Amino acid sequence: MSAYIIRRLLYALPILIGVNALTFVLFFVVNSPDDMARMHLGGKRVTDQSIQAWKEEHGYDKPLLINQAEQGMAKFTGTILYEKSIRLFLFDFGQSDSGRDISHDISQRMWPSLAIALPTLLVGLAVNITFALLLAFFRATYLDLWGVVICVAMMSISGLFYIIGGQFLVGKLLNLVPISGYDTGVHAWKFLILPVIVGVIGGIGSGTRWYRTLFLEEIHRDYVRSARAKGLSEQWVLFRHVLRNALIPILTGVVVVLPLLFIGSLLTESFFGIPGLGSYTIDAINNQDFAIVRSMVFLGAVLYIIGLLLTDISYTIVDPRVRLD
Amino acid sequence: MSFQPVILWTDALVYLLVFLLAITVWHTRRHQHLLMPWRRVAQSRIGQATMVILAFYVIVGLLDTLHFNPRSGEDEQGRAVYSTEVLSALDVIAGPLRTQREKTYSAPFATHLFSKETIERASGETVRDYPRLQYGGAHLAESGEGRVADVFAKAAFGALKGALVWLLLMLLLHRLRVRRVAHLLMPGSTHPWQIGGWTALLVLAVFAALWELAGYYHVLGTDKVGEDVFYQSLKSIRTGLLIGTLTTLVMLPAAILLGIMAGYFRGWVDDVIQYLYTTLNSIPGVLLIAAAVLMMQIYMSNHADEFNSLTERADLRLLFLCLILGVTSWTSLCRLLRGETLKLRELEYVQAARAFGVGHFRILVRHILPNVMHIVLITIVLDFSGLVLAEAVLSYISIGVDPATSSWGNMINGARLELAREPVVWWSLLAAFGFMFTLVLAANLFSDVVRDAFDPRLRRQR
Repeated sequence: MSAYIIRRLLYALPILIGVNALTFVLFFVVNSPDDMARMHLGGKRVTDQSIQAWKEEHGYDKPLLINQAEQGMAKFTGTILYEKSIRLFLFDFGQSDSGRDISHDISQRMWPSLAIALPTLLVGLAVNITFALLLAFFRATYLDLWGVVICVAMMSISGLFYIIGGQFLVGKLLNLVPISGYDTGVHAWKFLILPVIVGVIGGIGSGTRWYRTLFLEEIHRDYVRSARAKGLSEQWVLFRHVLRNALIPILTGVVVVLPLLFIGSLLTESFFGIPGLGSYTIDAINNQDFAIVRSMVFLGAVLYIIGLLLTDISYTIVDPRVRLD
Repeated sequence: MSFQPVILWTDALVYLLVFLLAITVWHTRRHQHLLMPWRRVAQSRIGQATMVILAFYVIVGLLDTLHFNPRSGEDEQGRAVYSTEVLSALDVIAGPLRTQREKTYSAPFATHLFSKETIERASGETVRDYPRLQYGGAHLAESGEGRVADVFAKAAFGALKGALVWLLLMLLLHRLRVRRVAHLLMPGSTHPWQIGGWTALLVLAVFAALWELAGYYHVLGTDKVGEDVFYQSLKSIRTGLLIGTLTTLVMLPAAILLGIMAGYFRGWVDDVIQYLYTTLNSIPGVLLIAAAVLMMQIYMSNHADEFNSLTERADLRLLFLCLILGVTSWTSLCRLLRGETLKLRELEYVQAARAFGVGHFRILVRHILPNVMHIVLITIVLDFSGLVLAEAVLSYISIGVDPATSSWGNMINGARLELAREPVVWWSLLAAFGFMFTLVLAANLFSDVVRDAFDPRLRRQR
């Protein structure tokens, strides 16, 4: 098992190098640091001196790949490639363009993100599985048909509608909870409940439909027929056999997104004013803070790869047929 | 009216798409086995209804694609001078809808502005009141009396016109055989296109009624700068359709080529291609799009003089958005095609072709490609609705289309803060969501029908 994990981690390395190379090309080759400086200082009438000053201040004044002015190893370490890109591998994100420590910001802001994303995922999972089981139980009846129709209709509504509608209805008309904002500690719940409800409702359509398909696939298997043949009731078959077997694909689908929950949802967080990593990214996009966007891209890739690894491991736990060697 | 045609980049790609579609239709019609699944789609009731609705959207979008510069006058030698403003055929048809601007917000069917202003009366005194709209309900009396009756009368008249157009269209389609058309309308008849016919009647009647009313009122109100929301929603159709279709068009060649090559050649080709898509896939889509769009914004603002006009710039930005969405979405199709090709290459007919000494390229094109096309088609149709919805979200996070491009995302973005007003400005939001919902719902239902008709695995289960 540990040999497998180590091997998988080694596989992940070239992928991370690829991601790093991609962001390097995107952020430093497509547009040179000069372009970025000009963008930040505003417009075309910017003197070369001020560009140089901006670059020095933010550490973009070094050569891209090889620093001829230095000696020895410093030839390679005194470059943008090393300082801005390779350091990401050590999770040293450096300073943002506005001068803040990105690592510190991330460690502060991932908890509010998680506080929204985790309950949304768990409650959503429970609700979706319940509905999907209901539809599977009443399969090929009008309840099933209309359930699927409602699911498709709910899928077709833009996520923005759920958020804006939820804020308007619950926050403004009914005045139950604050529309947006955040608080630390126990008092956070009244800021969290609306985003979680909106997130769950927004996911019902696609989630229920997907799980229903999974259940129906299992229901047509041979073992279900034998279970019925030996006289088990439909409920027993559904809960003891179908549900437990369908949980394997459901679980693996959930595990892969678990690490990404730290990043949070860009949309939800910016609408509800949650100080998480999602709104952090949006602010960075709006302020054109490249250092933050670059760090988030890299962090996202790392978390995704961890998710894939966790998926493989969780397979061995829930499905004894799978062995990792 | 003379004009100078303009072909923007996205226009050119739309024409290419129409051309490819025409070839596909022509090719399909000549082969029974290709036609069969489409027959199944056309026989399905949901398939018919959604096809009619999608066709309506496509027609509006295509009309909006025929761009030109209108003539603005003549120079000294009497040669025509064309304005740099880019209009489309839809703008010409919409005519007054585009030009009749109010001052600011007004509710649907309103005769008065939404906010109070200081008005000077003829007698010289000034009062604070809701001023009369310049165009909305201008044919009514000053107080706007008799509005409700007028709206209903105009709507009924418009619907009647729409029904007449429908009748004419149906007569033409049925080669002037009146009995067949009557058959179509009869409830419970055996006419194969009954649902489609009724849907078309409904769509035409509703649209014609709205169109008739739009000549006298702002049917869906006006926005902050007084532009007609109905016109904006219609203009946004093109953007939505473009994002949904062009994205797939630009990613398709890479996905198909790399997918079937990875599956067919295996070995190091497979490793390289797998590495490529795993790497791209491991970056969360939104973040990759954000990074790329951010870089493009910088490029555009630093090279502003490379673009002839704002329209061209907005258009290129739209195209780039399609490209970058394509880069993030081709990986799933590529993986599917690789898996399917891995299966196909072991089948007897491919083995036989190889034994006969048929070249790799020929095997790929003649034997592998036609047998994975159903996967490609299903993916195109399934992806469409997701992309239309993604546009709105991306425009909201300001990494979507240019703010100058009319799109549902921009409409929502511009209007969402107005919900905090009292009374609420709801019409822009509702119009954008409504138009988007209709398109996406139709696309979702249509994609289900297409998948059922084309996926051999599903067919066996039935």
